[in-house]
Amino acid sequence: MDLLEFAKGPALQFAAFVLVAGTIWRIVGILMLNTKPDYSEPRKKAGYLAALKVIYTRAFTAPPFKKATMYPKMMAYVMHIGFFMTIFLFVPHIVFFEGWSGLDWPGLPNNVIYFVGVATVISAIALLVRRLTSPVLKLISNFDDYFSWFVTILPVVTGLLIPTRMLFSYQDLLAIHILSVALLLVWLPFGKLGHTFLVFITRGTTGMVFERRGART
Amino acid sequence: MSTVDNRHPIDREAERLAYKPPEVRHDIQGDMSTEERVEHAMRNFVKNFNTQTASYLDGCVHCGMCADACHYHVRTDDPRYTPIWKIELFKQAYKREVGPFAFFYRLFGFKKKVTIEQLEEWQHLLYDSCTVCGRCSLVCPMGIDIAGMVSMARHGMFKAGLIPHELHETAKKAAETGSPLGVTPEKFEDRLEWMADEHDVEIPIDKEKADVLAVMSSIEIQKYPESMAATAKILNATGDSWTFRTDGFEATNFGMLSGNVEWQKEATMKLINAAIRIGAKTLVLPECGHAYMAMRWMGANMYGKPLPFKVQHITEYIADALNEGRLRVKKVDTSVTFHDPCQVSRRGGATQAPRDIFKHLGVDLREMQNGGDYNWCCGGGGGVVTIKRADDLRHRVFKLKMDQVEATGAELLLSSCANCRQSFDDSEQHFGWNYHMGSLMELVADNLEEEAS
Repeated sequence: MDLLEFAKGPALQFAAFVLVAGTIWRIVGILMLNTKPDYSEPRKKAGYLAALKVIYTRAFTAPPFKKATMYPKMMAYVMHIGFFMTIFLFVPHIVFFEGWSGLDWPGLPNNVIYFVGVATVISAIALLVRRLTSPVLKLISNFDDYFSWFVTILPVVTGLLIPTRMLFSYQDLLAIHILSVALLLVWLPFGKLGHTFLVFITRGTTGMVFERRGART
Repeated sequence: MSTVDNRHPIDREAERLAYKPPEVRHDIQGDMSTEERVEHAMRNFVKNFNTQTASYLDGCVHCGMCADACHYHVRTDDPRYTPIWKIELFKQAYKREVGPFAFFYRLFGFKKKVTIEQLEEWQHLLYDSCTVCGRCSLVCPMGIDIAGMVSMARHGMFKAGLIPHELHETAKKAAETGSPLGVTPEKFEDRLEWMADEHDVEIPIDKEKADVLAVMSSIEIQKYPESMAATAKILNATGDSWTFRTDGFEATNFGMLSGNVEWQKEATMKLINAAIRIGAKTLVLPECGHAYMAMRWMGANMYGKPLPFKVQHITEYIADALNEGRLRVKKVDTSVTFHDPCQVSRRGGATQAPRDIFKHLGVDLREMQNGGDYNWCCGGGGGVVTIKRADDLRHRVFKLKMDQVEATGAELLLSSCANCRQSFDDSEQHFGWNYHMGSLMELVADNLEEEAS
């Protein structure tokens, strides 16, 4: 078994298993905690629709905070959108997903994806620089923040390197790329990258609690 | 032409006009070993854990944006005042002791055990420098209610005997005497009778049955007694059957502010029982922010079932009466700016009520920039106004409020919270500020139409 076969086979399968098992464990661990009913008389009815509302609205910054948070917010938008575009709109990725799920959708030209990938890396670096220089972020950051940054951006960088054939063969660069994806999937459920799924719970519960009070969400 | 004196080197790096935080003092209560204190702090913090709080502690992405919403950080640039940092110890404890991967955190030592030194240091961050105003909760891209977590962390700090003395003493006095300022039922009755005479207003006390139970805060009873007369004038004018009760009159809840859940429940139950005893359909809370949070949103949960009566802030009661035509007011020809109490508006949802009242009064309402639900806190909420050692910091953050108010150019400055009012009064004196905080309810009482139906 060569490196590429290992990456495509056991490595990716193991990573997928850890991703699914770890995510379920973390979500169940949180959902299993006791939640007492709220007996206060609601000002507004606020069920899951309120949760959905805040899951959507918190993607945007409230006007009073726009100026102060403009830079990190813009960089975070570019990074997140760019990251998802490179994953889901790159034709070779779509082919991979099709083989796995049978679903097919149109992609973007490779050059566009390369441009988006570079923008993603630049925005991630900008966010890292902010983390390393802002007194607030220096104080509140820990290993998880830096390691999560690393494992997130690594697949984008290794992906961008494949067409360059730099130092390694195409096969080896592809294998390295897939292994970096496996590393991301393995780490995702455990650290801060869990916000991929936790964001729905945090925003959703805040929406339900504060919307029933008729308070600002 | 100027000459340069070279005897002293130019130092461009030295800090100038930079804020130097005061030396932090920490207080302790009770006789406990350090291990016991740490254990109590952690156990009582995790006691009320649920899905919501766990997801909050697990979900933070350390973006630091909450710092930009916090008046303490904005005014000092001290990174320790970053809201999420204020609950760092409890995040640490959650991940190490309770979270889904607690086993691994302990096994590999990823999260260290919280120490007594850390808890002592955090006393300043959880009490002196957080008014639980919740502005940070509105900026968080993950939607984490950081202010709610600070309140929970206070539960642990109280049980560990690690809260500021002044706040502890105030809360203890409230638990022992029923009032944080030592207002006994007799004293309350005396002051009501005094106000009834002074303002020539009928004030019903201890009626056995009434549709409305009105309660006051000790701050009003002692510092702003006209509030009692104003409440009476308004309630009389609506034609509702109402009363004050000497067995349930204190609306403030220092148990909640200090972090003692038992004391919080006792204070809440006193009012609930009084309201049930007289068969009240409505409990009208006074101009007090945290009293609204304690009763309107937490009262039923302390009671363990839905309350058999409605709970309203006095501004909600007035707004309803005005909108329904049960109360009428004269037009007031002045410009007003309104300071929204955080617990009533931002966190309580009653932001519209005062605006409805202003509409009826016909005043020129000048909203502050980023006012309403995004208002800067007065700096005195969350029990901070009682903590003397926090005064310098409180005055420092009040500057934001002064700027916000002055920019409106309004003639009158009003609020609907006696705690905010006392915080404004103190800062007004400190700065020699030419604005004076008034009460919205008193403005209404002073402008009632006599022929109200």
